[in-house]
Amino acid sequence: MPITQYLFLSAFLFCTGVYGVLARRNGVLVLMSIELMLNAVNINLVAFSARLSDAAGQVFALFVIAIAAAEVGVGLAIVLLIYRNRVGVNLDEIDLMKG
Amino acid sequence: MSGLIATSYAPQNVAFWIIAISMAVAAVGVVTMKNIVHAALALVVVLAGVAAQYILLQAEFLGIVQVLIYIGAVIVLFLFGIMLTRHPMRKTGEYDNDQRVLAGLVSMLIFGVLAYLLSDEFGGVKLRLGQPTQTSAIADSIFRTYVVGFEVVSMLLLAALVGAIVLARRD
Repeated sequence: MPITQYLFLSAFLFCTGVYGVLARRNGVLVLMSIELMLNAVNINLVAFSARLSDAAGQVFALFVIAIAAAEVGVGLAIVLLIYRNRVGVNLDEIDLMKG
Repeated sequence: MSGLIATSYAPQNVAFWIIAISMAVAAVGVVTMKNIVHAALALVVVLAGVAAQYILLQAEFLGIVQVLIYIGAVIVLFLFGIMLTRHPMRKTGEYDNDQRVLAGLVSMLIFGVLAYLLSDEFGGVKLRLGQPTQTSAIADSIFRTYVVGFEVVSMLLLAALVGAIVLARRD
């Protein structure tokens, strides 16, 4: 089984996530696109872990999963706070710190 | 022992392509759908596909962790976030901004560069699947080699959850 098919799948998921981060304006949807990118990285880590018969790649994938969970928690809390203070979570309307 | 291990991997290949194509379609759905709840449900398909790919790569523990954490917890969190931030009076149609074409160009450029580099570097590399990874090997790796990273991640998780409560608390 060639390893490139896993790498291509991962690259495709990553680029879809990049498109989502750039083109979406809803805060929750941007966080979802970031999840896509993190999962793409995890596929790479696990594929190389299988290629090298080394569990270290899976350990790093577990670390990434933990950090992604933390990121979603804090990110959604920030989105909720923005929604509460300014009506709506459209990211292009949040320009309070623009000069 | 080598006679027991298949060399052609035809079933794995078929399974890979079925799962990969459904994942790709669902991932495009996540970033293009007009309904935000449907986008979250498409994300469920992508995450379940990732778990299936882990199992194909013989990383069963990681597959189960993926199902528990992502599909069990992160998606529920996303659905709650969607529920709490949808304004009832506002029209909910437009979730894309006006840089869609530019974003598509950028992501296609990144994909082209990545595809060229990956096929150039790993073109002939074959994946040999032997025995499934033992969960005890992962545990040994976490608690011996990477124990410092494990502690740092646990502190980060604690800090992030306390921070999330402090941010979202209404007082």
